[in-house]
Amino acid sequence: MRKYIVKRFIYMIVLLAIMSVFAFVVIQLPPGDYLTSYIASLQQQMGEVDESVVLNLRKQYGMDRPMWQQYFLWMRNMFQGNFGESFQWRQPVKTLIATRMPMTIVLSLITLLFAYAVAVPIGIYSARHQYSIGDYVASILGFVGLATPSFFLALILMYYSNRYLGLSVGGFYSPEFQNAPWSFARLWDLCKHLPIPVIVIGLASMANVIRILRATLLDELKRPYVVAARARGLKENKMIYRYPVRVALNPIISSIGSILPSIVSGATVTAIVLDIPTVGSLLYNALLSQDMYLAGACVIMLTAITIVGTFISDILLVVVDPRIRLQ
Amino acid sequence: MALFKKKKAKVSMEEAMYMETQAQLIWRKFKKHKLAMAGMVILIILYLVGFFSEFFATQDIAKRSTTAISMAPTKIHFVDAEGNFSLQPFVYGLKQEEDPVTWRKYYVEDTTQKYPLQFFYHGDPYKLLGFIPGDIHFFGTPQPDVFFPFGTDLSGRDLYSRVLSALRISLTTGLVGVFFTFILGCLFGGISGFYGGIADTIIQRVIEFLMSMPSIPLWMALAAAFPSTWSSLQTYFAITIILSLIGWTSLARVVRGKLLELRNEDFVTAARVAGASDGYIITKHLLPSFSSYLIVNVTLAIPGMILSETSLSFLGIGLTPPIVSLGVLLQDAQSINTVSMYPWMMIPGLFVVIAVLAFNFVGDGLRDAADPYK
Repeated sequence: MRKYIVKRFIYMIVLLAIMSVFAFVVIQLPPGDYLTSYIASLQQQMGEVDESVVLNLRKQYGMDRPMWQQYFLWMRNMFQGNFGESFQWRQPVKTLIATRMPMTIVLSLITLLFAYAVAVPIGIYSARHQYSIGDYVASILGFVGLATPSFFLALILMYYSNRYLGLSVGGFYSPEFQNAPWSFARLWDLCKHLPIPVIVIGLASMANVIRILRATLLDELKRPYVVAARARGLKENKMIYRYPVRVALNPIISSIGSILPSIVSGATVTAIVLDIPTVGSLLYNALLSQDMYLAGACVIMLTAITIVGTFISDILLVVVDPRIRLQ
Repeated sequence: MALFKKKKAKVSMEEAMYMETQAQLIWRKFKKHKLAMAGMVILIILYLVGFFSEFFATQDIAKRSTTAISMAPTKIHFVDAEGNFSLQPFVYGLKQEEDPVTWRKYYVEDTTQKYPLQFFYHGDPYKLLGFIPGDIHFFGTPQPDVFFPFGTDLSGRDLYSRVLSALRISLTTGLVGVFFTFILGCLFGGISGFYGGIADTIIQRVIEFLMSMPSIPLWMALAAAFPSTWSSLQTYFAITIILSLIGWTSLARVVRGKLLELRNEDFVTAARVAGASDGYIITKHLLPSFSSYLIVNVTLAIPGMILSETSLSFLGIGLTPPIVSLGVLLQDAQSINTVSMYPWMMIPGLFVVIAVLAFNFVGDGLRDAADPYK
């Protein structure tokens, strides 16, 4: 088991390294380099920029060196906690990301938990009552959930909650709590703002989980051991939750690896529509204004969430499923 | 050959079922799947309407009606203000009024003017598919600036005509994107499954890597890198290529799995012993034997493409005006103010949902029909 974990850990590191190369390519892709835009913005602000300042900046970012050296310089800086400077915000990239990263992770986690908490009971119900009205309703909901783009769902929910419930939508906090210190009132305000983004981001994943769980549980329910357990007079509920459901949950846990990327993707679009301060909306603004160091760091952070999340789900799977432990 | 032909003519209905080609078998099963059939009918209608959108539209998509800015969908009447019923539907003209307190402008129906709606009327001239000139429109009224089935947008353009035109772009993005996906998926899946070994390991790792990435941020980053000097056609193809660059993985997995299964079958060994080349075996023996799985997977991949294109265009980093796609139309509905004041701006989104649902139903029906063991 330790060998397995070490192997997955090394694999995770390799993935992160490849990802960093990709993010670096993204930084380099737009026409013109980062410094040209940076200097242009400096000029706008202060008029003429001294030639020595430009040269200094060039040296600081290693623009005078070959591409691969620039990459390693960028990586080394990053390990020292220096992610570069955002000229759009006039702040270090590090502080920008640090203020948004915790809420991004919290939002993704809550969505993940919400998707499972709703989907697992529905999936079990659907499989146990195949072709019942509830099953049909769940499948229709699932189909619609997969077919609706998350931003469109966000728009619809925004429209209705604004019109009929009078809820303030968008952002994490109401204006009066924006910069307030932590208190119960602020926490409650946050809780009022969470449901819409969580539902919007989670719906597609929820539909997915229901589908997978229903299919695997239906397969399991046909197995001889279920018949045997029934024949021995085990109570139906006890039997179902102790054996087939446990087996059917395994593919669900391994599906975190594919659900987490889709949640992070969905969260990015939703955050932009609902104006939520996450790394996703930061990336969007950075891309629009070609603030490439910020964009690169955002890409790395977002993908790191999914890569690390997949690693954790792999380990969870070992804990839950003894068959993998024995391999 | 003559012998076989003769025999075929004589077989009974029941025997004919055993001699059907795979396509015929699939079609027979597919027809029983009601949702899938409904989905297919909807798709055919959507593609037809999209393809001949100039004919089905009520007016030119770029025409701005200055007298009808951000107007709600026009009500179609059968009974006029005096209570007279007419079988031919009609619409009323609209006049602008101002709220004396808030000064907000709004439109009211002017019941003195009636414009009957008719089929095949002469309206704005157009070029069908870009080269067939015409001016006959399917349904509407020849009177300009009065009939807007889905309302108008912020600059007074008819939303209905624009949605139809957007269908063409959005639905073909899915097809073109899937075409690239298909090539990449078959190529890498084929190499991986047929040759195995190091190539297989490398390709599998790449697939795992791509699958663990959140796709939207990656697409955003890549799409933002397009030079702004590119023409809209170039951006269109670049977007489809970007979508397929990340989307080929699941198809490659199917191809690989099937190839691994088939590669040790007797008929493949026989072909190899008979001296057939690798390319010949792949194209003549292996591909036909799992083409139905390929079709199913391709059908199920299209809706994902449509959704991604819509999301990217909505955010303003996918397709951009003057190209009109469903996502581009939804850009108008980006803020809560617009959405609450002009809710009909969300209509293009409904079409996205309908198209994607239809594709999913057809895909599911095909999957059930293509699997002989169920």
